[in-house]
This record gives sequence, C-alpha cells and structure tokens, in this order.
Amino acid sequence: MSTGTYTQLLDLACGVFLLAAVLVLWRRELTALVRLFAVQGVVLAAIAALSGIHEHRFELLAVAVGILVLRAGVLPYLMRRVLAASGETRETEPLVNVAASLLTAAALTLLAYAASRPLVELAPSPATRALPVGLAVVLIGFFTLVTRRRALAQAVGFLLLDNGITAMAFLATSGVPLIVELGVSFDVLLAVLVLQILTTRIHATFGGTDIDDLRELHD
Amino acid sequence: MLGWRPATAWAGLVSPATILGCAIVLAVRVPGHGPVTGYGGLARADALSAWILLVIGAVAVLACAAGPAYLAAENAAGHTDARGARRYGILVHAFLAAMAVAVLVANLGVLWVAIEATTIVTAFLVGHRRTRASVEAAWKYVVICSAGIALAFLGTILIYYAARQAGIAEASALDWPVLVARAHELDPAVTRMGIALVILGFGAKAGLVPLHAWLPDAHSQAPAPVSALMSGVLLAVSFTAILRYKVIADVALGPGFARTLLAGAAVLTLALAAALLLGQRDYKRMLAYSSMEHMSLIALGAAAGSRLAASAVLLHIAGHGLAKSVAFCSSGHILHLRHTTRIGRVRGLLGQAPVLAAAFGLAVLALLGFPPFSLFASELAIARAGLTGPAGLGWATAAALVLVLAAFAAMTARTAHMLLGPAPGRDGDTTAAVPAEGGGGGVAVPVRFGAAVWAPLAVGLLACAALGVSDVPLSSLLSTAAAITGGP
Repeated sequence: MSTGTYTQLLDLACGVFLLAAVLVLWRRELTALVRLFAVQGVVLAAIAALSGIHEHRFELLAVAVGILVLRAGVLPYLMRRVLAASGETRETEPLVNVAASLLTAAALTLLAYAASRPLVELAPSPATRALPVGLAVVLIGFFTLVTRRRALAQAVGFLLLDNGITAMAFLATSGVPLIVELGVSFDVLLAVLVLQILTTRIHATFGGTDIDDLRELHD
Repeated sequence: MLGWRPATAWAGLVSPATILGCAIVLAVRVPGHGPVTGYGGLARADALSAWILLVIGAVAVLACAAGPAYLAAENAAGHTDARGARRYGILVHAFLAAMAVAVLVANLGVLWVAIEATTIVTAFLVGHRRTRASVEAAWKYVVICSAGIALAFLGTILIYYAARQAGIAEASALDWPVLVARAHELDPAVTRMGIALVILGFGAKAGLVPLHAWLPDAHSQAPAPVSALMSGVLLAVSFTAILRYKVIADVALGPGFARTLLAGAAVLTLALAAALLLGQRDYKRMLAYSSMEHMSLIALGAAAGSRLAASAVLLHIAGHGLAKSVAFCSSGHILHLRHTTRIGRVRGLLGQAPVLAAAFGLAVLALLGFPPFSLFASELAIARAGLTGPAGLGWATAAALVLVLAAFAAMTARTAHMLLGPAPGRDGDTTAAVPAEGGGGGVAVPVRFGAAVWAPLAVGLLACAALGVSDVPLSSLLSTAAAITGGP
C-alpha cells in the first residue's frame, strides 16, 4: 500500500471514528447508540489493521480481528440483550440538550487538538497527526458518561472512552504489547458484563434504569 | 446449608495465610539479596512489593477470619443464603489474587489490568445485599472507578509512547525497572501528560479527589470484611502504583511535578473528608471518610519524598490497614447487633457489648493516632517531613494538620456518642434502637461473643500496637522499601 493511500484511508477511518462519537450525542434512541458503537468498533479494527499493514506487522491483523469480534460483535450483542430485557428504547431528556451537547463536542475536539500538540510534535507521522481524534473521542465519552441518565447510555459513554484510548494506542505506538492488549480487552468485556448485570438489578429494584433515581446514598 | 459449612468458611483462611507466608519469605530474602524475578521477568518482587504484600496478607487474614462470623450473622438475619455465601467466598479470593498480582508484576500495563480486575470482582461484593442502596453503590463504584482508571490506562499508553520514542524495545518499554533506569531519556512534555493522567486515574482508585465519589458509598454498602479489605489494602495497592510512577516522574521531570499534584490532591481530599466527617451521621461512612483522610496523609508523605517520609508512608499504610480492618469488622458486628448504621441510634455500646465496643473504640483511637499504635509514629513522621520538607509543602502540611484536628474532633465525638451512655433496654433510654436477639427485649445483660468474633479484632489491634512499639523485625525491609520510593 502506498503512503498516500494509507494516509487517506487512515484519515477516513479516523473521521468516521470521530463522527460516530459525535452522533452518539445527537441520537436519543438507545438502539441507535448501540449501532453507532458497533460502527465505531468496525472503524477501530480498520485503524488497527491499517497500521499493521503499513508497518508490515501482520500480528496486528490478528489483534484487529479480535477487536472486531469484541467491539463490533460481542459488546453490542450484550447491550442489545439489556435493551430487550428492559424494554426501554429512548433516552430521557439528557441533562444537557442536543444542541449544547454538539457545541460541547466541538469545543472538546478543539481542546483535544490543543492538548495533544506535544504528542504530535514528539514524532510527526500520518498516524500521530490523527492522535487528537482519539483524545477527542475520550473527552466526548467522558461527557456522555456524565450527562446521560439511562444506565445503558452511561455504559456506551464508558465504552466510547475506552475506544478512544485504544485508538490512541494504535495511532501512537501501533498498539500496546499483546499481553496488555489481551488483559485490557478481557477487563473491558468483564466490565460490560458487570454493568449489564447491574443494569438488570437496577431495573429490578428501582423499576427503571434512570440513574437519577439512584439517590439513596448521600451525605 | 448445602455446600456451605463452617469448615468451608474456615478453609477460606488458607489463601490469605499463603499470601502472608510468601510475603514473609520475600521479606526475609529481598533486603539482603535484591529483587526476585520470575516468569520470564513478568513477575518481580522488590522490597516495596514485599512490604505491600505483607500488609495484604495480614489484613486478608483478619478479614477472612472475620468472614465466617459475619456470614453466619447475615444468614441468620436472612440477608444472604448458601449460594450468596459461596459467591462471596469465591469473589473475596479472586479479589485477593488480583491485588497480589498487582503488587508482584514488573510490567506497568499488567499492573493496570490487575487493578482494573479488582474493580470488577469487588463490584458484586459491594452489591452483595442487593438492596436499593447497595445496587446504587455498586453502579457508582463500577462506573466511576472504571472511567477513572481508564484515564490511568491512557497515561500508561503515553508513557509507553514516550519510552518507544526514546528507543526502548517494545518488550521492555512498560517494564518498571527499565523505565526507571532510562527515565531521563523520556520526552518531558509527553511524560508530564502521562503522569498527570496516571495520578488522576489511580488516584480515583486510591480515594483521592476529584474522582473519589464512589468511596463512601462502596465502603459503607460492602459487607464489613470486604470494606476492611477495600479500605485497608485496595486503596494502598492503588497508591503503590502511583508511588511506582512517581519514581519515573521524579527522574524524568524533576521532583516538583508529582509533588505539586500529590500535595494538591492530598489537601483537597483532606478538606473534603474533614468537612463531611463533621456532619457525619452514619458510622460506616465515617470510617470511609477516615480512609480518605488517611490516604491524603499518605499522599502528603509521598509528596514530601524524602527517605524518612517514604518509610513513614509505608508504615502508615500498614498501620492504617490493620486499624481500619478492625474498625470495619467490628462495625459489621455493631450493624448486626443494632440493625442500623445511624450513629444517632447507637448508644451505650460499652454497656451492651463490652468486648465489641472496646475493639471498635481502640481501633478508632488507633486511627486518631494515639500511641502505642503505629499510626502515632507515622503521622508524626509525615508531619515532620512535610514541615521541614521542600518550600511550599510546609503550607500544605500546616493546612493538613488543621484539617486533621477537625477530623479528630468529629470522630472522637461520634465514637463517644456510640460507645457511652446507657445501654439499650434500661430506663430513660428512648433513642436506642430495638435491641437485637442477643440483647434480649428489655434486659440489659451484656452480649457475649464467641472467639470467632473477638479473636481477629484482638489480633489486629495487637499487631497494630506491636508495629507501633517496635518495628525492629521489619526495619531492614522498611528501609530497603523506602529507598526505592524515597529520595536521598
């Protein structure tokens, strides 16, 4: 693959990656959030595969397949099961309305570009120039986590955060060592399982998954 | 109780005892012979790991010894059943294993994986009772800790990036000894971002601001022995990760950067903990905020960074682990006795259950820093190191001392309210809760406990006091471990 094609494909993938995160802030249907997250998983796998092909490190292709299975297959499947069990399809009114959320996403992206300048300057390359996109997705994930009220939307926020970090790992260093990658994927899978079970329990004990109902504990 | 017999419960002591045994072997060997490595360099035990492993072993023995009595009482009250007890046993041991892995790995990526694993296994322990409050606590715990610690992973990746750009091979670029040896080659700007994220992320797990909000909820809702483990050692294990990164940061960025972050987090955490202790009405939450208070003292000591401060920090971790586990385990028995965690509804404990009340009272005295308990010596040493330390830290320490005094007053008043006063059932006592089965309706006979209840509490208090009187058997390990994290 020529460097030009590689750069274009990488930029395309990163663009879709960021767009999926921004769309999460726009859509209110919980099923749409899950679908967007799956799309982001596919793009993340593409980023991993691209950096593997570019650097002629073909073990990264195996990692990319693993990411595809986990983030575009297993995790969306688990979340759809929660949705089917709870019967809730729409996010209640978020703490911040959609227009303000989208504006915040733009501000966070600018912030990400400003904050990641030292990262790009250390080793400028097509991949590291895309690092701000990863950081922007991390920040948008955090924002989703703190402004959404449904348990599932919070879980999607956490997973966006995690996708952003994984993307940064691939863009900066072509991924972390395999043992760490395996451990992280396993932890994320378990964390989502735990969140799934807890969502079911919240639904059983509170009669809904609105996090605003969780107000038993305070000082 | 199918599949759950007292013998099974006591078998749960085997693995903590093994951890303690391994820690003692390491503690004897490491100071003289240097770090032990294994599994192709993946596992590595230096004096710091040995010290923390000793604390894990000691607190785990106490908490697991307190487990059977706690579970029996929960079972009798109908809060759990044989299945719940079995799941409790499995999760507690997975929790211990994750913590042991976290202190025994050389690879900082695997360290992160192990600490995140502790979040996952303890989530169901926090939500063990399945009440509204405990499900809420478990949700907050998983979301805040996972998101917080994800930031630590981002920090780890940035350090890895800096290390790879400095020419360190892929296989060893997350190896802690390699990173320490070559820390001066790391790019300062990227390392600065990485260290800030790591302190923020692991700080979330260690109960430091700004991501501390899970701590009082999780510690107050978890079963008492699990609260003891979470407060006594999990906070310390996460803080050890910060200590390891601080060694890298001190070489790569100079000591000022990590010191400023840690001292700032320490003073803010302490201010928050003291403020919430002043108005506290729940005794388990009181103990949780006291954990935050002690973690901020530990962070302050780490910020001071001298050899003296480093050994005070390690001694404080051990003393706090022992005292807090006794306090939490006895709070579990108080909960079973009085069926409430409200301080206002617990009165006259000393008259009703003298042994339990004495254990709780002595543990709180230890946490307040009274001699002969070891927290007296370590708090004094941390204060001295802070006041005589680098410029700027003196003010932080002075502010911290004022806040510690406020916390001291609040905890003394609350504990005195619980222990003193007429025992429930006597005339004129209208505030007391309904007496427990053991207390008997209206009869003021002191409740007696079996050895399964008081022995772990007594052993914990004795160990904490012994550590305060003399640390001679451990002094060479302590000084070797302090040399790893402390400066000259």
